[in-house]
Amino acid sequence: MKAEAFLQCSQCKKILFSVEFEQLLRVCPHCGHHHRLLAKQRITATFDPESFEELDKEISSLDPLEFPDYEEKLEAAQAKNGATDSVISGWAKLDGMKVSAAVADFSFMGGSMGSVAGEKITRTLERAADAHCPAIIFCASGGARMQEGLLSLMQMAKTTAAVQRCRENGVPYISVFTDPTMAGVLASYASIADIILAEPGALIGFAGARVSKQAGVSKAPSDFQTAEWVLQNGMIDKIVHRREMRTTLTNLVKMLSWRLVKHG
Amino acid sequence: MAKTWKEWERPLIEVEENIEKLKQKAKASPEAEREDLLKRVAEFERRRDNYIEVMYSRLGPWEKVLVARADQRPYTLDYINSIFTNFTELEGDRRFGADHAIIGGPAYLDGEPVMVIGHQKGRNITERQYRNFAMAKPEGYRKAIRLMEMADRFGLPLISFVDTPAADPSVESESRGISEAIAASMLKMFELEVPSVSIVIGEGGSGGAIGIACASSVLMLEHAIYSVIPPEGCAAILWRMPDKGAQAATALKLTAAWAKEFGLIDEIVAEPKGGAHRDAIEAAGLAKEAIVRHLKLLKKKSGSKLKQERYEKFRKMGRFLSENPVDALAKTR
Ligand SMILES: [Zn+2]
Repeated sequence: MKAEAFLQCSQCKKILFSVEFEQLLRVCPHCGHHHRLLAKQRITATFDPESFEELDKEISSLDPLEFPDYEEKLEAAQAKNGATDSVISGWAKLDGMKVSAAVADFSFMGGSMGSVAGEKITRTLERAADAHCPAIIFCASGGARMQEGLLSLMQMAKTTAAVQRCRENGVPYISVFTDPTMAGVLASYASIADIILAEPGALIGFAGARVSKQAGVSKAPSDFQTAEWVLQNGMIDKIVHRREMRTTLTNLVKMLSWRLVKHG
Repeated sequence: MAKTWKEWERPLIEVEENIEKLKQKAKASPEAEREDLLKRVAEFERRRDNYIEVMYSRLGPWEKVLVARADQRPYTLDYINSIFTNFTELEGDRRFGADHAIIGGPAYLDGEPVMVIGHQKGRNITERQYRNFAMAKPEGYRKAIRLMEMADRFGLPLISFVDTPAADPSVESESRGISEAIAASMLKMFELEVPSVSIVIGEGGSGGAIGIACASSVLMLEHAIYSVIPPEGCAAILWRMPDKGAQAATALKLTAAWAKEFGLIDEIVAEPKGGAHRDAIEAAGLAKEAIVRHLKLLKKKSGSKLKQERYEKFRKMGRFLSENPVDALAKTR
């Protein structure tokens, strides 16, 4: 596929130079809109160059419920995205410091969490707890993966239990809400991190637009479920511009893990 | 179009009505005819019982949804009143306000104190509004967390009754952090060093349900449902047709049998013939037997062992393909 030299910002509709847009980590120079990143782009934008070592590549989704069209949807997503599922996990470094990291990719079936995503998040947190390294998780998800039914719901419990392991071992865990962080992911491991950061403008909420509409969420404020609204309500700690994310994470991780470093 | 509860139970209701009419007629009839009429009543009753047995032994996924949601079905307080004594409801979340969709407090189970929590539905419009249709707000989960902490502090086993369509999706719930409240409630359950038993008695509705269902033993009533999304919501997403709920219910495999098959619950608790709503007392008796049996086993274990085993149980949940021989081995276990 030939890269286009120009593209249009979906928010302000202004024309952007592709090269400049990529250099700005896909943040619009005119309106500041943070366009979504693929997991691979996120890794490059955040961690030390060449430091990411992907793990858990050997696991992939089954279709345990024989759910209508699930296999086809999975195959299509795999072909389009090049990844096996919605989360990439492994070791990474931030300013030389080893961290256990997971990055979700909304472009893979809406970043939905089924058995594979749940397992990868759990392993990420367990590796952090066992190796006494900080955990960093970038969230991007519409919620639990409907096509795996109750198995997906149980990933909420499983990942939450793994957060408990980090806490017990005194290992810091930071989650970053990117656009969008919703439903089953928000209501499990994402919301119980020691520190929660978010990107500007990210959609963050429990109920999807469809459910909210049914529940008569007509009197919702105009900025309902945005990172800014969620911050105002005290549910997250800080909104961080994408170009500042690496520095902010590095700074926080170093302060919270001084004891781990001191004792080796 | 999926059948409603009324449409589905109509044949049975008609038989019941006919039996009642015959009984009235027998009462008013001279003695000579009465005996014959009573014989017919007995015959009708026998046929009705047969019908109920066959009907309830063959419930499809959608019929389970109807039964699980039926407003005659016993709710948490019905079970509490049958199973425990001295239940003393405690209402404060110490944060924002009282929530009536999740109730809880200490009670005696066969003379021993326990902590009970559960979603509470309402039977009529007033009750339903008061209970917010058993859709808990953040304060409901935060109250549950308080009660769990207290249970842990004073060594009371925790028993939770799960029966909710979903957590409350309103703007106010969002503004007070419904997601964090659910996650924190699950996290608290994983910290507990006292025995815990959860029982899904009706609707196990997604995040709202799992928020108070991370127990050492998870039980599920025979006709209860447990699902990641309501079938109507699933149908709306899949086919843009919420009225295809019946097809979605089948696809979601939301029955107790499937939950057991996938290793996501520990035991299916039988219901009285014709469902829990035909005999709430018997239903509570069956539930109590299972709860007591599980608690007895769990009480023998230390707090750290309970924590570890609970972790390992939930840790195994999920089905995926792995090319790693260690994982593959674990699968065939
Ligand atoms: Zn723009």
